[in-house]
Amino acid sequence: MALLGMRGLSVFISDVRNCQNKEQERLRIDKELGNIRTRFKNEKGLTPNEKKKYVWKMLYIYMLGYDVDFGHMEALSLISAPKYPEKQVGYIVTSCLLNESHEFLRMVINTVRNDIIGRNETFQCLALTMVGNIGGKEFAESLAPDVQRLLISSSCRPLVRKKAALCLLRLYRKNPDVVNIDGWSDRMSQLLDERDLGVLTSVMSLFVALVSNNNEAYWNCLPKCAKILERLARNQDIPQEYTYYGIPSPWLQVKTMKALQYFPTVEDPNTRRALFEVLQRILMGTDVVKNVNKNNASHAVLFEALALVMHLDAEKEMMSQCVALLGKFIAVREPNIRYLGLENMTRMLLITDVQDLIKRHQAQIVTSLKDPDISIRRRALDLLYGMCDVTNAKDIVEELLQYLSTADFVMREELALKAAILAEKFAPDLSWYVDVILQLIDKAGDFVSDDIWYRVVQFVTNNEDLQPYAAAKAREYLDKPALHETMVKVSAYILGEYSHLLARRPGCNPKEIFTIINEKLPTVSKPTVAILLSTYAKILMHTEPSDPELQEQIWAIFRKYESYIDVEIQQRAVEYFVLSRKGAALADVLAEMPKFPERQSALLKKAEDAEVDTAEQSAIKLRSQQQTSNALVVTDQQPVNGPLPINQLGLVRIPSQKMEASSHNQGLTKENGAVSKVDPEPAPSADFLGDLLGPLAIEGPPAATVSAEQNMISGLEATPNAADALALATVGDQSNSVQPIVNIAERFHALCLKDSGVLYEDPYMQIGIKSEWRAHHGHLVLFLGNKNTSPLLSVRAVILPPTHLKVELSLVPETIPPRAQVQCPLEVVNLRASRDIAVLDFSYKFGTTVVSVKLRLPAVLNKFLQPKSVSAEEFFPQWKSLSGPPLKLQEVVRVVKPMSLPEMTNLFTSLHLGVIPGLDTNSNNLVSCTGFYSESTRAMLCLIRVETDPSDRTQLRITIASGDPTLTFELKEFIKEHLINIPTPTPAPAPSPALAAAALQPQSPITRAGYTDPGVMLAGLL
Amino acid sequence: MIHFVILLSRQGKVRLTKWYSPYSQKERTKVIRELSGLILTRGPKLCNFVEWKGYKVVYRRYASLYFCMCIDADDNELEILEIIHHFVEILDRYFGSVCELDLIFNFHKAYYILDEILIAGEFQEPSKKTVARLIAAQDSLVETAQEQASSISNMIGQATK
Repeated sequence: MALLGMRGLSVFISDVRNCQNKEQERLRIDKELGNIRTRFKNEKGLTPNEKKKYVWKMLYIYMLGYDVDFGHMEALSLISAPKYPEKQVGYIVTSCLLNESHEFLRMVINTVRNDIIGRNETFQCLALTMVGNIGGKEFAESLAPDVQRLLISSSCRPLVRKKAALCLLRLYRKNPDVVNIDGWSDRMSQLLDERDLGVLTSVMSLFVALVSNNNEAYWNCLPKCAKILERLARNQDIPQEYTYYGIPSPWLQVKTMKALQYFPTVEDPNTRRALFEVLQRILMGTDVVKNVNKNNASHAVLFEALALVMHLDAEKEMMSQCVALLGKFIAVREPNIRYLGLENMTRMLLITDVQDLIKRHQAQIVTSLKDPDISIRRRALDLLYGMCDVTNAKDIVEELLQYLSTADFVMREELALKAAILAEKFAPDLSWYVDVILQLIDKAGDFVSDDIWYRVVQFVTNNEDLQPYAAAKAREYLDKPALHETMVKVSAYILGEYSHLLARRPGCNPKEIFTIINEKLPTVSKPTVAILLSTYAKILMHTEPSDPELQEQIWAIFRKYESYIDVEIQQRAVEYFVLSRKGAALADVLAEMPKFPERQSALLKKAEDAEVDTAEQSAIKLRSQQQTSNALVVTDQQPVNGPLPINQLGLVRIPSQKMEASSHNQGLTKENGAVSKVDPEPAPSADFLGDLLGPLAIEGPPAATVSAEQNMISGLEATPNAADALALATVGDQSNSVQPIVNIAERFHALCLKDSGVLYEDPYMQIGIKSEWRAHHGHLVLFLGNKNTSPLLSVRAVILPPTHLKVELSLVPETIPPRAQVQCPLEVVNLRASRDIAVLDFSYKFGTTVVSVKLRLPAVLNKFLQPKSVSAEEFFPQWKSLSGPPLKLQEVVRVVKPMSLPEMTNLFTSLHLGVIPGLDTNSNNLVSCTGFYSESTRAMLCLIRVETDPSDRTQLRITIASGDPTLTFELKEFIKEHLINIPTPTPAPAPSPALAAAALQPQSPITRAGYTDPGVMLAGLL
Repeated sequence: MIHFVILLSRQGKVRLTKWYSPYSQKERTKVIRELSGLILTRGPKLCNFVEWKGYKVVYRRYASLYFCMCIDADDNELEILEIIHHFVEILDRYFGSVCELDLIFNFHKAYYILDEILIAGEFQEPSKKTVARLIAAQDSLVETAQEQASSISNMIGQATK
């Protein structure tokens, strides 16, 4: 049946299949192509059937990978044939052979249009399919109105309309102007009422594309999507043929949830509630089954539901549930699920604050780094990279280093880059950072980009404490028999600058250093030779008293390279040789490199750019772009004293700068060794060129030449000046502009529910907190992290405790060294129940900028609670014995944020109010029991009952009983604060420190009287 | 969206290609070469996804044939995996327990069927029954036309005898 009348095609195919080798196949194909060519030449003799046959043969040959550069016209001409069989072949072969930019396509636009507007439905289908698959801009302009008409026509059958929807989607992608937004949002809304699920599937794809470009215009469609999802998820009225392995069209469910992710929020409480119920069902109701296809389909829906929850669950109530689910997935046998579990964890990190939950799975994630499947290993690497912070950086980076030696070649570069970035971002101390980078170069030198070693040089130069350590390490590596060239570069550079700091150690006198470096000279490439020459010059300069033998050796090398073919090396050799005979001038010229200006790391910048790139099209990730990155941010401004013309600084000085920079330096123009012109104000750039040029401008003090030279001579002394100059520049640029880069209120609320995380962060520093609670004692540790390569000064932290807490803060050091993190333990004792909040008054100086903030400490009432599980026999007698106020208080609470019972259970659990299921016979009620600890009450049992109204989730009645009237009252108010619907704080601009401080003052107990009214309380909280 | 669909045999022979994003002929050849290197070498019991140039390729092996679809990084992988299976089930129903040979000798049929499942790189029809019905209708249209043609040529043949 299939090849009716086309025996020739079958014969040809089996001929090709019977060819013994590629050569024979080629011959057979060439013969056939020749045959087709001649047949096409005298087209008149061809019957339609023959033409069809040859066109199919062409497609077959094309598919095998041979060039078919003729016959396109014949395929196209079949489109205008009057009969279906020819037309069909014409349309299909054309859409396979040509792509949208092929000029021939223009010729058939008219024919195609006639088929679309004609009455023949099968022709319409063929035309819509081809335009949908390869239609370009011109098709969009001339056909869009006709296609739209078909889509909304009531007389067209579903088979045409679903094709019209996807065809329109293609045209819209090619030219978004073809869909006029004004009219379309209503049309779309009607289209989403479609009963035919085939049409609805296509319409939903179109809708996803429209809404991804402009969600505001399609706001009216949101409830429709929620309805569709509900209908599918509850399997209401879904025809049998639209269920797939028992699941109501998983594809449509996925698409609908995709569409919903393009709306920033779901405001209408009813829609929201319905949606969350559906999502909850999907999350909880998806089980692993034996049938692969059913499993895949149900998990496709589940993962999309997870994505939607991540997007919509601003209150983060279902988050822990999601993480738990993903934690389960990453350990299952099924590789697809493992892969997706890791992938979704990484996505989750981007949008919500679940780092701590995810960290619990770190061991499993590290195991996945050794998975047999590279796809999974890649995901694991990405996730480890995303979840890394100061607390686990050491572990993770060490895992990555270990993995580096066995990793696939295709992954090594990425791995090396990621390890380097993490080491830089989260280094607990700088010597560790140096260790990591050197190990990295040692283990995977080929995969370590130049940026990585430039950065380590930059750090060492800017931190005097680090220099002896780095030099000693570099010296150690030189003893290794086989050394990667990058290691030679970095060691030579560091030893050239700082080996004199090691002079007293064994094996480290100038001569020994020179000898061991010089061993590498014969085997290295030109750029490295240039660096080595500079190192020799520096060694020579540092040799005090001078060692004639060493001098002679080095001079010999300089002389040898004086006539070297590479002009850069030749020039260095000539200059160094001459300079080194000038005696004292050598010391001036070759003084230690000045500090680099603070700037964002090229590596981090690269990483951030990459993140933004991949985030671009993703709906979920849209939000992550609004979140400020916690990457190292340092000042990157134009130097104030930049415009000083450098050539004033004298001829001798410049080459010294150039020597270090010249291998990468295009900015310096040289004429016979004398520098004539330098761009005085290098644009701040993230590359090394900028890094090296920076000092030129910044270091040049606005004084006369003489003082500049003095500055250079005193090497070490000069650097603090440089730092000052930099700091001044900072003030000029951004006085009063130190803004927190996290939402402080949000952080505080998050930390009320969990025990560790970031409390505060601005461009210079980060305050993290980690806490442990035992009975009425709390042990907190504040992590004060300096994000810069300059110290933070005048650090001051004072706790303003409310009367019910005894707080002791250990000594806070006055200075936080560069890129260091200081831990300050804090002891808290709870005296009695109160909702007042302790405040951390914190200030520090960066340069001359004084930053002062007041932060609420998350030492709140629920931290002193411990959930208790009691049986009915224990509960009811207690409940009865505590009767009536003031020990038992009851209140109807309104304006509650609508949540389902499981959501409320989650909330209660995170507040340490243990929920006891099944105790209350009414399933709409929730009973919970917890112990409260304070010095005055010791352990005190609290019983709580919440009665909800399923028809109105915005109100509930709460009853609380305990043996202490103050506790009962405070606990009731505390729970209310968490139940009442507080508009989520706008994540946009964070309040200025002054404002924040005002808002963060502890609430005075006097206002408490007014708290019974939720409205007043709300105002108080805000 | 799905950027392209490729059917590869275990030996790397192409059995069907369909491109929904514009690729030149050169790029098409290159893509196929790269992907066959990437996919055909993967062992069993690994996941069905391969990351490739910022895209993902979802693939599934049926006997000697690999069905591959390339999607964006944030598309739902499992959904695509089941589109592949849906396609295979329809082929299976149409050919009656489909094998590689069916797809070789009737490659044009595979194209017809694919066009009923995907357009513009998006999923068109979740009902196997509907697709089967539409394909059957097309076949009968072709057959009727063929019969008419042969009866006409017979008549002409008779008349000109």
